[in-house]
Amino acid sequence: MNSKTYPYLLIAPSILFLLAFFIYPFIEVFLQAFTTSDGELGLANFDTIFNDFNFLPSLSNTLILALVVVPTQLCMAVGMSLMISKMKKGRDTVLYIWTIPLGISDLAAGIVWLALLDQNGFLNSFLFSVGIIDGPESWLNYNNPVAIFAAIVFAEIWRATAILLVIIVSGIGLIPKEYYEAAEIFGANAWVRLWKVTLPLLRPSLQTALILRTLLAFEVFAVVMLLGGTNMPVLMGEAFNWAFEYRDAGAAAAYAVVILGLSIVFTLFYLKVLHVPKEAQV
Amino acid sequence: MSQFEQDALLEKEMLAANKRKKAWRWLFISGTAFMVSWIVFPIYLLVVSALSSAEVVNGWPKAFVPEFDMETMAFFMNYYGVLDALKNSLIAAVFTMVISIGLGTPAGYALARFEFRGKNTFRLLILLTRAFPMPLLALPLAVIFINIGLDDTLFGLSLVHAALALPFAVLITSSLFMGIPVELEEAAWVLGCNRWQAFVKVVMPLALPGLTASAVFAFVISWNEVFAAAVLTINNQTLTAFLVQSLSSSPAEVKFAGGLILIVPAILFLFVVRKYLFSMWGIANR
Amino acid sequence: MIKKIILPILLGSSIASASEVVFYSTQANPLKEADAMRNDVLINFDGDVKFLPQEAGPFFSRIEAESRSNSVSLGVLGALHGQFPQIQGSLDSIDDVLASVPKIKANNTMSELGKLGASEQKYIPWMQATYIMAANKKALPYLPKGADVNALTYDELATWAANIKEATGKAKLGFPAGEKGLMHRFLQGYLYPSFTNSVVTDFRGDDAKAMWQWFRDLWQDVNPRSTAYNLMQEPLLTEEVWIAFDHTARLKDAFDQRPDDFIAFPAPSAKAGRGFMPVIAGLAIPKGTPDRAASAELIKYLSEPEVQIRTLRATGFYPIADVELPADLPANVRIAGKAIATQAGSPDALPSMLPVGLGDLSGKFSKTYKDTFQQIVLRNANIDKILDRQATVLKTIMVSANAPCWAPDKPSNGVCPVN
Repeated sequence: MNSKTYPYLLIAPSILFLLAFFIYPFIEVFLQAFTTSDGELGLANFDTIFNDFNFLPSLSNTLILALVVVPTQLCMAVGMSLMISKMKKGRDTVLYIWTIPLGISDLAAGIVWLALLDQNGFLNSFLFSVGIIDGPESWLNYNNPVAIFAAIVFAEIWRATAILLVIIVSGIGLIPKEYYEAAEIFGANAWVRLWKVTLPLLRPSLQTALILRTLLAFEVFAVVMLLGGTNMPVLMGEAFNWAFEYRDAGAAAAYAVVILGLSIVFTLFYLKVLHVPKEAQV
Repeated sequence: MSQFEQDALLEKEMLAANKRKKAWRWLFISGTAFMVSWIVFPIYLLVVSALSSAEVVNGWPKAFVPEFDMETMAFFMNYYGVLDALKNSLIAAVFTMVISIGLGTPAGYALARFEFRGKNTFRLLILLTRAFPMPLLALPLAVIFINIGLDDTLFGLSLVHAALALPFAVLITSSLFMGIPVELEEAAWVLGCNRWQAFVKVVMPLALPGLTASAVFAFVISWNEVFAAAVLTINNQTLTAFLVQSLSSSPAEVKFAGGLILIVPAILFLFVVRKYLFSMWGIANR
Repeated sequence: MIKKIILPILLGSSIASASEVVFYSTQANPLKEADAMRNDVLINFDGDVKFLPQEAGPFFSRIEAESRSNSVSLGVLGALHGQFPQIQGSLDSIDDVLASVPKIKANNTMSELGKLGASEQKYIPWMQATYIMAANKKALPYLPKGADVNALTYDELATWAANIKEATGKAKLGFPAGEKGLMHRFLQGYLYPSFTNSVVTDFRGDDAKAMWQWFRDLWQDVNPRSTAYNLMQEPLLTEEVWIAFDHTARLKDAFDQRPDDFIAFPAPSAKAGRGFMPVIAGLAIPKGTPDRAASAELIKYLSEPEVQIRTLRATGFYPIADVELPADLPANVRIAGKAIATQAGSPDALPSMLPVGLGDLSGKFSKTYKDTFQQIVLRNANIDKILDRQATVLKTIMVSANAPCWAPDKPSNGVCPVN
């Protein structure tokens, strides 16, 4: 067998699988986005959503949220992975606890954080018991967009950093110790080792982690809905509303295409910036 | 400078170094402790809320210790069909794990080891599944499933979940295989293994933790997926489809108890596989 | 066939027997209500029934998928009047079932609604509710002088809310303006009729402009967390709000858990009267259902007076059938029931009909009102400009649905005009 055919044989099963269970329904929805109500091809659906007053806010909310949350999570995940790698005792336990949020759905996470931050929530109860406030304070409201935004950022960081952590921890585990030993012999301190050894060698994992996390960030919905309410629209929420509240499948599909477009742009960006040349691989 | 003075200086230096080390150590431990409590504390509060009566859940100020009122939890345990739904969820999650790893590992290996035309296109295609909102795909999927007889089956549902988990499986395994030096494989070829044997004997053991990682993702994706599960199953509903749909319109105490019930099995699963997930630390010493 | 034989073996799970009627419903979705439906309401039905409550999203998707692939597994559909038009094409005509259920006094209007603007019966009215106000007794001392809580005006409500804010420093009036809240019904069935005696026709009239200005001013004394409230019983119980407007079934937990702390009272009135709106849930049968006779039986069973009272206990929705309510009903029924009667029987009562004939545009119809509210009240946009723009949207909807006016708008020849 020619080695040129190997990769195609290896990816064939997943391609066939996706063709059957994803591509077909995907194409149907994709075409729907470009079909007008008279059944002709056209951009009427995009016209509908672009002219909706919630489109721009939902686009910018989604983007800003992703731009704040994802880099923060990346730094945290790298830091946590390094801490893990330095640990001697209790490593498994700590790592286990840090990965727990993986198992928590966004809705459950939203419920948890609402219990914390709500007017009658735990945070206010604590502030009350130490005498900082005199009673339940409502600060998580639409007059206070910064507070809502911060609450969502906290909840998202809490919920979804573990995704990055697991990927990066598996990546760090594969970096041979010899590289560090060599670096140490040349007198590199911890900071230099991080920038010259760990991060470059971690590039494939960083790329994967960033791509996946960013795609998921563009679909943020349940947490925002619970903590932010109606005055903090996001793309995914709007797609949902158009599909099931306003019953306009075309407009909903158009929102989905917008999310898809953003995702592709960002993915290509990561693939380019964090490109791993073949010869540079370990 | 006398010998004595020199010794004293040395000792002082050592003491200072020790102090620095201790300070670092202290910082390290407190940082770890902070991050641990950052994760655990909100979950603890969920447990407190889930084990409290309705009056306490809606009360003010909130207590930080549970009162161990089991009424709401008991309601769930006796709720019609919860156990069946739990079983369905587990079956679907296991199918999803098997399918996504079985399909994803070869593809990940191909991405890591070969340069081929259409590589980036393939990568994008895989990612598309995550970049498109599931709720919109559920309708056309349901139509297909009904037509081919996969409707209302756990197997059919796990096919959908596997499509969602596939990008994780492919990308994680590929970044992993990239991290495993190709020289190791080449050495195995030299020693007379063929490509397949080299993969199984050399690469797989090294990649096992990463495979576990993608298995974990597959499990939790399937476990937490609501919409497709709600549309594609009628008689075989999963726990998530069964509960989540009703949680947002239920009173607060039910919400918290339901939230806890949803996360406990996932946490237990993570606990069970954690050994495999983190066994990589041995190999890093090679 | 394959799935019936192989899959139980493969998966070790049971596939339901064919004689089981699947009762798919957007109503009684909260877990405790679903539990009560199964254990108290459906228990005596002669046959197997599987009650599956579902959120609107999956509910619509499932029905649409089954109807597109011509393979239906659902037996009976339970949903709100406003939800049926969106799946109208998948519903069987059930004139025969209507003939078999007990006759009711309000039969004509109600049954008309069930035709969804067409000539055949599409759903059978199942249960009803309405929207009322609820208040914590702590709020009562702040009632403006001379105001009767059972005959409140909107201006008095505003003063009341302002008094509370002044005294406590907190905005304690709340509305369900969250993602799943029913704020649009307040606008369509309460505010617009009360202020303008219209819902569609005078959408941007001078009265409407004054109304929006009034509402924007009122919002200063409304709890700003309102945009996240879906069911007002929660903030009432936590006492984040003291006064709230909502669907009776969405207030019921507050009344049941602390019956001595809360009162219910009719919605306020303004110059055109005391506008209020019913909530009607209905039962339908999807085209091509596996066992139509059993589905019809189930609808007949659910329409029996005695079962309707059980349903009331389970869900807080009131019977459609003419029945004498027993004395030993849950607290929420005792408390809310009186307010509902006062609301309907008040001298200035102004009943609004539910929108009819909008078809699958009924979602967009409600969106028009929600959007207007969001832009004017929450984002402080220019009232004239927004009303003009939204009126155009509304006009387009009415024209493409070809829908005539409904009360309180005057009957129209053809499409209901938007002035």
